[in-house]
Amino acid sequence: MSIDTSKVADTNATTPAKASKPNPIGAAAGWADDRLGLATAMKKQIRKVFPDHWSFMLGEIALWSFIVLLLTGVFLTLWFVPSMGETTYQGSYNQLRGIEMSEAYASSLNISFDVRGGLLMRQMHHWAAMLFVAAMMVHLLRVFFTGAHRKPRELNWVIGCLLLILGTLEGFTGYSLPDDLLSGTGIRAADGFMKASPVIGTYMSFFVFGGEFPGETIIPRLFTVHVLLIPGLLLALVGAHMLLLVYHKHTQWPGPGRTEQNVVGYPLLPIYAAKAGGFFFVIFGVIALMGALLTINPVWKYGPYDPSKVTAGSQPDWYMGWPDGALRIMPGWETHVFGVTISWNVMLPILILPVVMFLLLTILPFIEAWITGDKRDHHILQRPRNAPTRTAFMVSLMTMYGLFWAAGGNDIIAIKLGLSINQITYFMRAAVFIGPAIAFWVTRRWCISLQRHDNDLLLHGYESGIIMRSAEGGYSERHLPISEARSYTLTARGRDEVYVPGSGVDANGVASPKRGVLAVLDKVRGRLSKVMYADNVQKPTREELEEARHHAEHEHTLQAGLDHPAPGHEFDDHALRTAGDVPLRGTASSPSAGSGAHTDDTDQ
Amino acid sequence: MNDHDNNLPAVPEGDEPVPNPGLPPHHWRPTDVDPKAEKRAERQVAAFFGVATVALLGFFVSYFAFQVGDNWDTIAGLGASNLMLGLTLAIAFLCIGIGLIHWARKLMTDQEIVELRHPAASSEEDRSTSVGLVLQGVDDSGIGRRPLVRNSLLGALGLVGLAPIIMLRDLGPLPGDKLLHTIWKPGMRVVRDVVGTPIHVSDLEIGDLVNAEPAAIFELDDEGHHVVEGVELQIAKSKGAVILLRMEPGEITPWKGRENWSVEGIVCFSKICTHVGCPISLNERTKHHLLCPCHQSTFDLADNGKVIFGPAARHLPQLPIEVDDEGYLVAQSDFTEPVGPSFWERDKT
Repeated sequence: MSIDTSKVADTNATTPAKASKPNPIGAAAGWADDRLGLATAMKKQIRKVFPDHWSFMLGEIALWSFIVLLLTGVFLTLWFVPSMGETTYQGSYNQLRGIEMSEAYASSLNISFDVRGGLLMRQMHHWAAMLFVAAMMVHLLRVFFTGAHRKPRELNWVIGCLLLILGTLEGFTGYSLPDDLLSGTGIRAADGFMKASPVIGTYMSFFVFGGEFPGETIIPRLFTVHVLLIPGLLLALVGAHMLLLVYHKHTQWPGPGRTEQNVVGYPLLPIYAAKAGGFFFVIFGVIALMGALLTINPVWKYGPYDPSKVTAGSQPDWYMGWPDGALRIMPGWETHVFGVTISWNVMLPILILPVVMFLLLTILPFIEAWITGDKRDHHILQRPRNAPTRTAFMVSLMTMYGLFWAAGGNDIIAIKLGLSINQITYFMRAAVFIGPAIAFWVTRRWCISLQRHDNDLLLHGYESGIIMRSAEGGYSERHLPISEARSYTLTARGRDEVYVPGSGVDANGVASPKRGVLAVLDKVRGRLSKVMYADNVQKPTREELEEARHHAEHEHTLQAGLDHPAPGHEFDDHALRTAGDVPLRGTASSPSAGSGAHTDDTDQ
Repeated sequence: MNDHDNNLPAVPEGDEPVPNPGLPPHHWRPTDVDPKAEKRAERQVAAFFGVATVALLGFFVSYFAFQVGDNWDTIAGLGASNLMLGLTLAIAFLCIGIGLIHWARKLMTDQEIVELRHPAASSEEDRSTSVGLVLQGVDDSGIGRRPLVRNSLLGALGLVGLAPIIMLRDLGPLPGDKLLHTIWKPGMRVVRDVVGTPIHVSDLEIGDLVNAEPAAIFELDDEGHHVVEGVELQIAKSKGAVILLRMEPGEITPWKGRENWSVEGIVCFSKICTHVGCPISLNERTKHHLLCPCHQSTFDLADNGKVIFGPAARHLPQLPIEVDDEGYLVAQSDFTEPVGPSFWERDKT
């Protein structure tokens, strides 16, 4: 390279810079280290390597919106009065002045109209909550689709699931606090849910509400849950989630130089400190923009809660939409037996379905590990297409979620599209079962086709777009080999092995025939493994690649002389002549490994 | 052999079709090799931080310059104060963020570095040492040798867990028969829900729907104070709210025993949905159907409040009404069944 790079910063070298003169910062650091011994921990972590990819920022969005929630939430608590005591509103908002309402609602109005920046903080808080849950869900999908939930990260998956459900509950308790007509309707429904619980339902309702609904304790109690209990749990779990992330080191995409034993990327200080820190400001800025421009939850328009009033089109926040949809399309089943009432119409969609879905989500990594029998550590991510059944399973869950969610807006859909709400409801009752099945099948076949396409690329090269005519007048498209780096990336994945029942071995390596329930389970495992793996397309072997290469060379010999441009096209910028791709295992020597500086925090 | 060795990373096997070509060579960026580009990037980063500073000053000015209050739709339907505070804050934070990221991307080194991973598991040696230490500790404590100590401790700890549960008892009173009754009493007038005026039979045309309440919630004592107020009022409303609907008397098909529950085609039903308790308010005027806006349960008021669509399982409770001496609508009695959502003990009434 002819460019002078001698003056370029190269702080990624292995030797750290030495502090030259004693200075106040150094002195302070020394004082702290004398007492805390932080240097030992810091030397390992301060230059921690994180790989770069846009999809790794999804969880970061959740983290930063959580910080925005904490900051704006503290501001709101300074004025919010969590009380259902009655008061007469005397604030700035004309239309409600002189009206009897709870202190909670009056203080929400006060924050919106009489505290400068109060409305902004309220709207930012609500938008950040929406974003928090959304980002967690998209992050969860990213993790699952890329196989980042596999060993050793299963427990972090479980923590993530807990964060999702706690975040959802935190959202519900939060939007219930202003005690306006809409939030009160939500609490009214929650009372109905509690009463539908078998045996203890009525007692639960009376205990939660401090007596008969609506009582006067629910707002202060929800407030404590919302500002103390759940945030405390969230903080602790976010901390654990981050600690495990640091301990396991981040997963990375396959690529040249990236292996299961290393992590390639940029150091925490300064690159990720700047990038992630900058990203926090960006998220904060975007939420501030939303708080400034997009009205959310205008409680002053709803009026104070009155158990005999309701507004048409009442909807919970979006993340509560899917159980609400299940509730809407559920047939009105109720059993009266032995003098008790069992409300299947409420219990199944609200109390059982979400719990089952959450538990299923939580144990997914363990189910997968049981089927595959894979006990190895995985740090290289999989492309969604290379796990067709897993990808298809999550897509079918997403489809089910989406259909339930749409059912939660069946009244809005009916009004906007001029359809019959009855027909939408009947359609949804079937669609929530049929839709996921179709989605599963389509996604699985789609993934397998993409795998096949990858193999075509490896074996036959990419379509160059050059059409050649042979002496006989036959036309063919010329395929050119893909680069070595790309071939490596495409093949950097394992081979799937279908589990054969009865082939398990005991601790001593001796085949141990299973009996009874275990044998049945073993068979189930074998069948699931077949569903999961049998149709997958495996990457080509070395021999297959060699053979394909010979074949291609032969083809090229035959085509020699045919690839000249047609008359009149001699000066076209032709890919054939400018191909920058290094032919697969061509004569050009591959670049030497690890041209980047190499650091290692082990005692290697 | 399908089960793989524990804790080992998934190493590519020997027959990998394509060998790992190693890290690609590093490419210098324009800012690495062109001092002009470097200076330009530096100025850009500083400009972002500069704009952020100006925006923050704008934030402080906006805080004092714009009034809050009820003028919350000054600019394009948005409050001036909220809009300006939000915009300046957003610009400031976005600029700081973009500046930082730009700095990292253009001016900090972009050489990728490699760090080695370690298995998450501890070494076998550490494991056995730890297990040994735990066993030694357990042995020292003698918990295995002294079942009396162990069992008495377990007994005590079991009860410790019960204490906080017992402590929750005073969260609320027991339900008793509270859910079985409402504030309605024989002879109580049915009044309009907002103003509290009684309703004369002649006030209602065919097809008219009135949201109504029991007269008791508007009752004043001698000093002019409400008799029912605060929590009691909310509870009374949450169970006592009713709907009056007048239709052609011939359209009503009452169940046995309900023939005299309506007055000249006027029927009175609980307004509280039997699904999860939302107040029902959407009337299909021509069909005397009532739709709950929360989950779309639909009830036929001509047919004893029967569910004709949606997730509700039970008919709406009907309030038997009659006319008092002055011609106003009054209740014959309380509801004959619990109103609102189902609950476990509902049938034990």
